[in-house]
Amino acid sequence: MIRLRNICFSYAGREILDNLDMDIEASDRIGLLGANGCGKTTLCHIIMGLLTPTSGIVEILGKPMVSESDFAQIRGKIGFMFQDSDDQLFCPTVIEDVAFGPLNLGQTPEEARKTVRRTLKTLRLDGFEDRITYKLSGGEKRLVSMATVLAMEPEFLILDEPTTGLDEKTTETLIDILKESDLGYMIISHDRQFVKKMADKLLQMKDGKVCPSDWNNMKM
Amino acid sequence: MEMEEFAAGDSWVHKLDPRVKILITLIFSIVVALNNHVSMVAISLILPVSLIICARLDFRPLLVRLGIVNGFILFLWLFLPFTTPGEIIYTLGPLTVQREGIHQALLITVKSNSIVLMAIAMLGTSTIFTLVHALSHLYVPDKLVHLFFFCFRYIHVIREEYFRLSNAMKIRGFRPRTNMHTYRSYSYLVGMLLVRSFDRSARILQAMKCRGFRSRFYILHHYEMKSHDYAVALSSAAFSAFILVFI
Ligand SMILES: Nc1ncnc2c1ncn2[C@@H]1O[C@H](COP(=O)(O)OP(=O)(O)O)[C@@H](O)[C@H]1O
Ligand SMILES: [Mg+2]
Repeated sequence: MIRLRNICFSYAGREILDNLDMDIEASDRIGLLGANGCGKTTLCHIIMGLLTPTSGIVEILGKPMVSESDFAQIRGKIGFMFQDSDDQLFCPTVIEDVAFGPLNLGQTPEEARKTVRRTLKTLRLDGFEDRITYKLSGGEKRLVSMATVLAMEPEFLILDEPTTGLDEKTTETLIDILKESDLGYMIISHDRQFVKKMADKLLQMKDGKVCPSDWNNMKM
Repeated sequence: MEMEEFAAGDSWVHKLDPRVKILITLIFSIVVALNNHVSMVAISLILPVSLIICARLDFRPLLVRLGIVNGFILFLWLFLPFTTPGEIIYTLGPLTVQREGIHQALLITVKSNSIVLMAIAMLGTSTIFTLVHALSHLYVPDKLVHLFFFCFRYIHVIREEYFRLSNAMKIRGFRPRTNMHTYRSYSYLVGMLLVRSFDRSARILQAMKCRGFRSRFYILHHYEMKSHDYAVALSSAAFSAFILVFI
């Protein structure tokens, strides 16, 4: 589904990604671990086409991604949840924020409303429709962000540190939801318990590269 | 100051169609602004005042708002009566008070209060988001509507960012004094605020793109004019016309 080849990226001369290769299948359930600041978020932004690599090829669903319009085509298929929910939520009310994606994908207001209701229900957020997004608690914001991503019915999820700031119960909810769905995903997290429960495949990021890993040689 | 303090409520004024609210506020404001008879402008106060009573708004925050407006108007009273040429009605040492100036100042005071009260009664009783939607239903260009909406939405974010930064300063013992350290810290604060807000706006655009945004907003709520919307629209229009006749 996602293929990266020889991706290089640097911020102001500092190399973050160095000839990185990566292959992701649609059914993969990946946990991506790595030290703070090693470039995990940067990698996600490159996959989503929000940052352009200095060199290398991004291929999604067999098609090389060259221009912004290539990426615009596939963004409905790969759901990306930002590390900071305040970046993700921008509409005043929850219903409008969750409906934003479906409306962009061409649903009518009625269909979008139904999608919102269904999505909020799966996330145990019934009755949140008219809540004001910027007055939600950190954990609630996180779940609503998740709803905004799921409402677009993506084929694959990329979650950037989804459990930061969640209590145990909400984390459990998140685990249940992801397990119930048959979506493939890549989770970036420092929460080892969480990754252990969620991922079939472990990747580690180090020195600007991604390499396969397992719990035995993880020494974080 | 709380930003949408009058928007919560369930009177019929709150429930009016926002398009009606915007249009009658606009018409009323123009008519009042054009009128030059103090007595007619004073009569125009009837409409906003009765709407406010119907909306059962709290008086205290209302007075605070009016206080802000009239604070500016106070300056006019300090200058206009003494500087507008006209019939002299009073001499105060080197200063002379002119009838024309008093008239002007009075007119401006009543007009401003009437228009501000109307805006509070009509626009203040809707949330910003409803108004934004109504504006796009009224065929206001998308770009303007987006600009208006994001300005409002992100004032809140910037304000929060400001509190976060200033708390970070306080917990490390920062107390403003008149010295270089204080000035430097404040300039860092302002600089950080600018840079952070800029970064955040970039990230928000990215997040919107990830959700399929292509510079077009789709509207979830559609409005339907009900009979009481027509009634209010017509009677307000008639009232405005009445004031216009005596211009
Ligand atoms: N906008 C930026 N400008 C310059 N450097 C940045 C910027 N964003 C991130 N970086 C740097 O790039 C590195 C990787 O960041 P990031 O991908 O966010 O790390 P991670 O998500 O793995 O913690 C960090 O060292 C960070 O300081
Ligand atoms: Mg990160």
